[in-house]
Amino acid sequence: MNAFSVAAFNSGLTLATPEIFLGLAGCGILLLDLLIGDERRHWTAALSIAALLITAVLAAGVEVSGPVTALGGMFLVDAMSQALKVVALVIVAVVFVYSIEYMRHRGILKGEYFVLGLFATLGILVLISAASLVTVYLGLELLSLCLYAMVAFDRDSGRAAESAIKFFVLGSLASGTLLYGMSIIYGVTGSLELGTIAAAVQGGLATNIGLLFGIAFLIVAIGFKFGAVPFHMWIPDVYEGSPTCVTLFVGSAPKIAAFALAMRLLVDGLGGAHVDWGQMLVVLSVLSMAVGNVVAIAQTNLKRMLGYSTISHVGYILLGILAGTSQGYQSAMFYTITYVIVAAGSFGMILLLSRHGFEADRIEDFKGLNARSPWFAGMMAIFMFSLAGLPPFIGFWAKLGVIQAVLGINAVWLAVVAVLFSVVGAFYYLRVVKMMYFDEPVDAARIDGSPLMRAVLSANALLVLLLGIAPGALLVVCAHALP
Amino acid sequence: MMFETLLFFAFSAVLVGAAFGVILARNPVYSALLLVLCFFNSAVIWLMLDAEFLGIVLVLVYVGAVMVLFLFVVMMLDVNLEELRKGLAGYWPIAAVVAGLMVFAILDVVVVKHLGGVSLGAAPPLPADYSNTRVLGEALFTRYAYPAQIAAVILLVASIAAIVLTLRHRPGVKPQNVGEQVRVSAKDRVRLVKMAPEKRP
Repeated sequence: MNAFSVAAFNSGLTLATPEIFLGLAGCGILLLDLLIGDERRHWTAALSIAALLITAVLAAGVEVSGPVTALGGMFLVDAMSQALKVVALVIVAVVFVYSIEYMRHRGILKGEYFVLGLFATLGILVLISAASLVTVYLGLELLSLCLYAMVAFDRDSGRAAESAIKFFVLGSLASGTLLYGMSIIYGVTGSLELGTIAAAVQGGLATNIGLLFGIAFLIVAIGFKFGAVPFHMWIPDVYEGSPTCVTLFVGSAPKIAAFALAMRLLVDGLGGAHVDWGQMLVVLSVLSMAVGNVVAIAQTNLKRMLGYSTISHVGYILLGILAGTSQGYQSAMFYTITYVIVAAGSFGMILLLSRHGFEADRIEDFKGLNARSPWFAGMMAIFMFSLAGLPPFIGFWAKLGVIQAVLGINAVWLAVVAVLFSVVGAFYYLRVVKMMYFDEPVDAARIDGSPLMRAVLSANALLVLLLGIAPGALLVVCAHALP
Repeated sequence: MMFETLLFFAFSAVLVGAAFGVILARNPVYSALLLVLCFFNSAVIWLMLDAEFLGIVLVLVYVGAVMVLFLFVVMMLDVNLEELRKGLAGYWPIAAVVAGLMVFAILDVVVVKHLGGVSLGAAPPLPADYSNTRVLGEALFTRYAYPAQIAAVILLVASIAAIVLTLRHRPGVKPQNVGEQVRVSAKDRVRLVKMAPEKRP
């Protein structure tokens, strides 16, 4: 632990400008929202989106040449943190755009949704930039607390309350497990700073039984936050039970946070003990791919189906991390970013089709969408093809990357398992496409949605197609982030 | 040294016993009071570790504020525990097996195999004028300033969330409007009416 200097702390504050701005913006919007009437609540949304985009510009503008720790060794800026922050901020802004109409129709368009969303995003940023076990935990807790409240946001819905309680209890259990693991690792290595822990692990603690004991608890917590089998029980219920706009939020940006959590703890802190946690992740990864893809087939609720689809995709992300090579980390980061973009779009489609008193969350609700709106049927088809991993969509490159990564460590059987389950998974994605194009529409209502939402959703889908045709730029970003 | 060790074991034994009592007591008020006993014993153990500030804060905050609130809630909500416990008895064999396995696994690693790790040596004896509060304050406002700020944001989020989830504007309630009450003047309340005197019949 090096000495603390006030001058160094103050100069480190410039590195944390995005976080500081977002925190202040959250407080400011909370106050401004009191002055804005119920009928002009979309101004709160507009302000929040503006705050997120400004923060994204600030995050992209922080100039560093290589990893820098600041703020008393608690805060770390590197290429990965910058890339992940920008993606997370933009995704949350898109989520807010999708949410406005849905909430207005249900009479739950309240400023607190956006304020909680902003603070959740702040938690994600803190977690992405964490250089110490303290900041990892605080960032995660800030994110989780906001999510619990957002899931219960629709107070008159019993299902939302039920899933919020389930989420809260299981989430607290996972946080407890995380703290227990952290305390053991602190006891073994004598430090809370990830850099010092990494040095201690490299220095001969890798085979220490106490360290293994701590890692096992960390893996449980990471598995829970990701939603990997066997810690996935909350995902389907929370996805189905919460209002769709919250499902969209929970299903998108927090996955980036979970990826950052895994990278910071396992790679930055415990990289020297890869042999141990790699084996644990193999179990989680294979089980997630199997359970997620197989159980999704039996679902009739689209939100629940996408929940199980998330579980299976988490299995693929873990494949990249468990490879333990920089190629593996890059492919996992690429997979996480692309999955989040596609997930935001597919939940956005549910929000687009829903209207007053109609949720559009059953798979049948998409029957004959092509006859109602060929354009948006095409958009949904792009998302489904991408989730299934078909070329030329972005999901194909993501799956190819993680499979190459496990082949790179000669784990051929893992690659075979991954390919087999992605074939199983293709079935339920293609079923949605089949229903849209070959079934008669059961519902003839016109597709509403504000022009802004339609434009952003179309851009989202076209981005999935465009990145699929030319994935080079994003691959370069990931390669630069995790050299 | 011997005496301190004895004290440690005595307080720890009471702590563990009280903790069991918290979950086994049938009456929730007893549970809450036993939790208070737990906190007092942990505070004493902290005092023995030279962490006076933490020990006193534990008593002040948890015993003085949090547990009093707990007791109020427990007494005000008339929870029928017999109803809640009805289904519980059937689960205890599996719970005992799981708990037993967990305890065995943890003891195996912690006691039998030893956790090992870096040795920081025994803590050096502290000077007589050493102030716990001062050292904690310095750490909190320098090295840990950033986490302390985030913790503050977490508390803000907790209060926003609590208000969002519970505040309801019910129609038909007649609340006080302090602004109007302050602005009131005699003219609004009393109307002086001029009238001709009348004779009583």
